[in-house]
Amino acid sequence: MTAAVRYDEVEVGQELPAAEYNVRRVNLVMYAGASGDFNQIHWNERFAKMVGLPDVIAHGMFTMAQAGRFVTDWVGDPGAVVDFGVRFSSMVVVPDDDRGATISVSGVVEEKLEDKRVVVGLTAKAGDAKVLSKARAVVQLS
Amino acid sequence: MALNRDFVGRTYPPSAPYEVSRVKIKEFAAAIGDHNPLYRDREAAQAAGYPDVIAPPTFPIVFSLQSGGEALVDPDLGLNLAMVVHGEQRFEYVRPVHAGDELVMTSTITDIRTAGRNEVLTVRSDVRTVQGEPVCVTYNTIVERGGAA
Repeated sequence: MTAAVRYDEVEVGQELPAAEYNVRRVNLVMYAGASGDFNQIHWNERFAKMVGLPDVIAHGMFTMAQAGRFVTDWVGDPGAVVDFGVRFSSMVVVPDDDRGATISVSGVVEEKLEDKRVVVGLTAKAGDAKVLSKARAVVQLS
Repeated sequence: MALNRDFVGRTYPPSAPYEVSRVKIKEFAAAIGDHNPLYRDREAAQAAGYPDVIAPPTFPIVFSLQSGGEALVDPDLGLNLAMVVHGEQRFEYVRPVHAGDELVMTSTITDIRTAGRNEVLTVRSDVRTVQGEPVCVTYNTIVERGGAA
């Protein structure tokens, strides 16, 4: 495990470059198959509306995966992530069109811990809605 | 309907081993759109010090509820699965999952509570190799919308 980011070179308050991730219905179908989560709210508009949702929504874990990708793209080695947790605070509604929805992720170094570890606080939004809260990763730097 | 609090503290025995394959990791990485070579290229993974390709941090969701999942469909619990959304998720890693791992899960229902109109349930799953090496611990919190109304 070798992180591409050096502990000595990061400061508390440092922002990670923001990124945007597109999600369309096809991505949810792929994620359903790959994860084994076939809950109909993630692919069946008729069912989603029947249970009171505005439309098909993304798997929370799909959104969490994008936040994870944001962190691992920064640190290089995914094995550097030692703790990763989120609360799903709002739904990512994915319309049945070619544009889908966009998940915007940003992050900030919130704390430097011992043993060259840092706490990265994450923000994920879809439109104006904050779709993750209490989202943080502890990362082992080099 | 309120969830049955008698389920808190119940532990479900280890699942049959889950065999982590390169193909499944590649499929999962493709589904989340992540092109990190350590998920696809064994030589790159070995150059980084791993025995084989590793899995993305959220990959354990694929198998973590293989033990304990039966609790969620137990009629005595009273969970309406149609109203379930994911509330929170956390992973504590000892090391990344890699292809070739044979993993067993032991799950415990650690908490059931009411939050406003909703019922909230947390399952902790300890993930180990068949040899007993700890790999990660997952905490899966689900919300039953309107369950407490």
